[in-house]
Amino acid sequence: MAVGLPENVFLTQLDAAANWARSNSLWPMPFATACCGIELMATAASRHDIARFGAEVMRFSPRQCDLLIVAGRVVMKMLPVLQRIWLQMPEPKWCISMGACACTGGVFDTYAVVQGCDRFIPVDLYVPGCPPRPEQLLAALIEMQNKIKQTGTLMGSEFGRRTTPTGPSPFDLDELRRAREMQPLVDLEIYTPPTLAEAVQAGAKRV
Amino acid sequence: MFDLAILQSRFGDQITESTFRDNHRIVVPAHSLYPILECLKTEQGFDALMELTAVDYLEYEGATDRYGVVYVLLNTVNSERLIVKTMINPPQLELPSVYPLWKSADWLEREVYDMFGIVFPGHPDLRRILMPEEFTAFPLRKDYPLKGIGERHNFPVITRAES
Repeated sequence: MAVGLPENVFLTQLDAAANWARSNSLWPMPFATACCGIELMATAASRHDIARFGAEVMRFSPRQCDLLIVAGRVVMKMLPVLQRIWLQMPEPKWCISMGACACTGGVFDTYAVVQGCDRFIPVDLYVPGCPPRPEQLLAALIEMQNKIKQTGTLMGSEFGRRTTPTGPSPFDLDELRRAREMQPLVDLEIYTPPTLAEAVQAGAKRV
Repeated sequence: MFDLAILQSRFGDQITESTFRDNHRIVVPAHSLYPILECLKTEQGFDALMELTAVDYLEYEGATDRYGVVYVLLNTVNSERLIVKTMINPPQLELPSVYPLWKSADWLEREVYDMFGIVFPGHPDLRRILMPEEFTAFPLRKDYPLKGIGERHNFPVITRAES
């Protein structure tokens, strides 16, 4: 203790105090669309008890949450909803992508399933598994707490520096090649895929 | 009770019948589909439409028509089931809606329209049911690639700084 301070006063950094409070009261927003959602429920239930880490307050309103857990595959009809939920969450906020489907699309490589939610929203932490065990999700939560404690700032300036998308580019050239090789029927009205130049401009990398 | 002779005498003998295990199937021409289904409902007791779906026979071995539309009927009194199939080809992808006969055809016809692009004139509300409304392709057609043609990538990318 520093000399001259009263007994119940201690010195710390403001950032560290904020991080301590934030990391120990993460309120998850469960975006559970598939079997990962069942594991998420099991994590919250008594045997694994996510309350031990201060994250038991599952709120079904994004306005009251600061940790988005994307549990399960995201289909293209649901993606605008997911983006809207993410935008509605107040700062500071973080996102965990839980399971193979949320991270990469998993085995569902079809026209309807988005190949990883990190293509369209920023993700802080990926949890592998199909579905991950509750222990794995708890480990991810602890890792999330460590990340907040190490990188967090009081005013959230670390978020503002993340100006580039972290996930893979939405347009991969393989898909474009396949779309160009396809011979569509004359009477079939279909979405016009972007040209190669447009895709490169949108951030696709040349193979 | 199903009676093929009555149907054939009234709607012509283009109606063919076959069985596989306990499946009882008839194939009917598209132009007389509605009167046949009406007769099956009102006179032969098939009071429930259990299933309505379609099959794309593109590149199917030995197939002569592009699409088959399948109606599975049930007689709830004696539990008799009947599978009615009709074949249609582009560009005339139209079949009369059976919504006036069985109300259960409502969502089933919407699904067939959504997945195959087959139109049912007479349906009260023929919109897409599974895919988003702005979707323009018909994904269960065999000439549509499994991974789509770019629809699943057509969204804005949100970075952390702007959210």
